[in-house]
Amino acid sequence: MTDISLSPQQAAAVAKAPSNSIFRHARYIIAENPVTGLSFGLFLFIALCALIGPYLVPYDPLASDTMAALKGPSLHHWFGTDQLGRDIFSRVIVATRLDFIIAVSSVVLVFAMGGLAGIAAGFFGGWTDRIVGRISDTIMAFPLFVLAMGIVAALGNTVTNIVLATAIINFPLYVRVARTEANVRREAGFVQAARLSGNGEFRILLMHILPNIMPIMMVQVSLTMGYAILNAAGLSFIGLGVRPPTPEWGIMVAEGAGNIISGEWWIALFPGAALMVAVFCFNLLGDGLRDLVDPQRRT
Amino acid sequence: MLGLMSKRMLLVIPNLIGVVIITFLLTRALPGDPAAYFAGPAATKEAIEQVRVKLGLDKSLIVQFGRYVADLGHLDLGNSLTTGQPVLTELKNRLPASAELTLFGLILSMVIAIPLGILAAVKQGSWIDHTCRIVTTAGVSLPVFFTGLLLVYVFYFLLGWSPPPLGRLDVFFSPPPQITGFYLIDSLLNRDLATFRAALSQLLLPGFTLCIFSLAPIARMTRASMLAVLASDFVRTARASGLDSRTVVLTYAFRNAMLPVVTTLGMVFSFLLGANVLVEKVFAWPGIGSYAVEALISSDFAPVQGFVLTMAILYVALNLIIDILYGVIDPRVRLEA
Repeated sequence: MTDISLSPQQAAAVAKAPSNSIFRHARYIIAENPVTGLSFGLFLFIALCALIGPYLVPYDPLASDTMAALKGPSLHHWFGTDQLGRDIFSRVIVATRLDFIIAVSSVVLVFAMGGLAGIAAGFFGGWTDRIVGRISDTIMAFPLFVLAMGIVAALGNTVTNIVLATAIINFPLYVRVARTEANVRREAGFVQAARLSGNGEFRILLMHILPNIMPIMMVQVSLTMGYAILNAAGLSFIGLGVRPPTPEWGIMVAEGAGNIISGEWWIALFPGAALMVAVFCFNLLGDGLRDLVDPQRRT
Repeated sequence: MLGLMSKRMLLVIPNLIGVVIITFLLTRALPGDPAAYFAGPAATKEAIEQVRVKLGLDKSLIVQFGRYVADLGHLDLGNSLTTGQPVLTELKNRLPASAELTLFGLILSMVIAIPLGILAAVKQGSWIDHTCRIVTTAGVSLPVFFTGLLLVYVFYFLLGWSPPPLGRLDVFFSPPPQITGFYLIDSLLNRDLATFRAALSQLLLPGFTLCIFSLAPIARMTRASMLAVLASDFVRTARASGLDSRTVVLTYAFRNAMLPVVTTLGMVFSFLLGANVLVEKVFAWPGIGSYAVEALISSDFAPVQGFVLTMAILYVALNLIIDILYGVIDPRVRLEA
């Protein structure tokens, strides 16, 4: 027994090695592809805006000032003002939180629903697999944005239902990834070992399979975050979910849409650009994370 | 080939059943009491009960589903509350506008994306490859309504090249006599070049908006599958046999590389049909998307349900066509069937 037990220093070194190598690998990825580094930085900036942005903005996002309506970008109003004289810079920053919350909560929701359903389908096979597969096939039979419109229209025009609809249309994607990964590991050595030591099937599923496919699911999360934001903004652009005067990027673009033909470009441009930057950031981040997690699929 | 087609059509049936069940559930999930809603705000209790019986809402869910399917069998999608017209008639009248826009956008994007993807693969690492990468990454990040507005600002307001973004045809023109419902084709059939030009100028901006949006997946897929095919043995053999690279790329590699691209078209259509709704809103395009949006805003549910169902059926049909097309292009699929 003594020859396989490790001294405390050795144990610490062994425990430290994997985290150290992950860190080194992350640094390697970032150094190799500076765009990934940039997207990590951008992500931090967006998260910061969502967290403390509302306390830092120079103007109240809802306060109108008809004297200063429809002014272009200036030193006082960096992004200009809208029809009611509200400061667009403040509104764009404050909106970050709502858009971020919608995207994150819908992704968390679909992660829980689709991830678990997918793992169960891949692990148990048989009827579970058939039922889950049929549900996601049926969702995929709709053009996704159209289905989201239908869901929000039917369940009621609220932000919660936008989150729900966005989660539902992403469901098949998560199921597919989780199912494949769980299926591959179904008869893996560590699963057999867990079964032999008396673990129940559900316990194996949650304690052994789930942690194993977590990294791949996280990549899927960041890849769908961008799509979730686009989808939510699209829904609020056509007048669903978020109501004026709440600042939200999609609805702000919609508010500025009428002024584009008369040349007041800044009302729609800045929220639209914020939306674009956020989606761009999440897409790049997803690619970067994929490189980190799955070296074979490196872009 | 016929065997393959009928086999594939059988596979559509469970999809259609699923679609009908979901749209049925969506109609029954309306917030509050649908009977009170359809009876109107001023209705008395008896009136609400009458509507409930008339709509069959007092029956069990199964019976209601039977009635719903029977109505669908009679092609009855209900009436719009705001216009009082049958939903099906309005959808039918507006469908050509949407179809023309979507197909125009798709054709534009294929004309640009496929050569771009091929060039990027053939000249891997060159500036064309980098352009391709930038275009595809930017394309998936741009919200489609935002692209549309930017194009309007630049080409209508700044440059003045484009007519105002208000519908399919300028008010000074009258629509060509309806043959296909596509203004471009109808005006040509009618030999009316002025109308053709007017319709085209209205179509260009929304078409390009959809094109930019769907460019990314097509170009990315073309590049990836071209790269895979160019590295394969038969291309090497063709090169070794002394065929010039033009023949190798365009005749041998291209045809094989098209297969995965055709498969991606299914996904592209899913995006396009959704994006269509947003583009129609930006350009005041009188298609089925803007019809559904107007109905949504006035809480008029029958048109929205009809729209969702129509789009789903269209999408299932498009996927079927794509699969059959796949069999036409790839002889191996035919042999398997």
